[in-house]
Amino acid sequence: MEQVVLVLLLLGVGYFSGRIAERRHYTFIAGREAELRHIPAHTLKYPMDRSRPVNDTGMAVGHIVVSQDYFKRFSAILRTVAGGRMAGYETLIDRGRRAAIIRMKESCPGADEFINVRIETSIIGNSGTSRNGLGAIEVLACSTALYYSELLK
Amino acid sequence: MILTNVEHVPGKEIIEHFGIVTGSTVQAKHIGKDFMAALKNIVGGELKSYTDLLNDARETSIARMVAEAEEKGANAVINIRFATSAIASGASELYVYGTAVKLR
Repeated sequence: MEQVVLVLLLLGVGYFSGRIAERRHYTFIAGREAELRHIPAHTLKYPMDRSRPVNDTGMAVGHIVVSQDYFKRFSAILRTVAGGRMAGYETLIDRGRRAAIIRMKESCPGADEFINVRIETSIIGNSGTSRNGLGAIEVLACSTALYYSELLK
Repeated sequence: MILTNVEHVPGKEIIEHFGIVTGSTVQAKHIGKDFMAALKNIVGGELKSYTDLLNDARETSIARMVAEAEEKGANAVINIRFATSAIASGASELYVYGTAVKLR
């Protein structure tokens, strides 16, 4: 009986705080993305304008570990029975990737362009549904930052 | 030392290749930090302690790779790739590799 109460309590805490945390994180991501949107980041191996002289290059790396709340992890277990889309996990991965790109851009302040952006995702802990597993993901975004010559800007 | 994840360095010319250089770190989780992460895991969101832990480990890997490249007489590492693998439960390897070159 006590265990059932504990699980229900954790579900409740997870549901409400998880929702608030997710909304807050999305607000933060949207705000930072808008601020950094003027710096192009793409997956091409060469800069968009190849004629511009490059002054300096740098390695830009950004990463984040994000975890799922208790409620969504629990509902994911039910979802694996029924099948279908796991919307809770889609937003988790989306948040992780967008935050990683923001941090990647922040790691090289003053850069004019980010080329060859690569995003890697790995699972921390065993798996999302196991008891010992953290159910967290690590997202790593890396790219090459280009700094153009000041004179020709 | 110039580090890049493309096969060339814009505005520079490669004059010599030194082959592959690597750096790796095996990082185990910290029991205290793991406990905090487990609590944070109920609420969800960023696990800051893990982000910092992996960040430090990755920087160590990069430093090791750069040291190897310097030993070979290179002044840049191009085409850098990152890889993470779970070695044992509770430990992960952060591996970084690239090609050491001399630029002009």
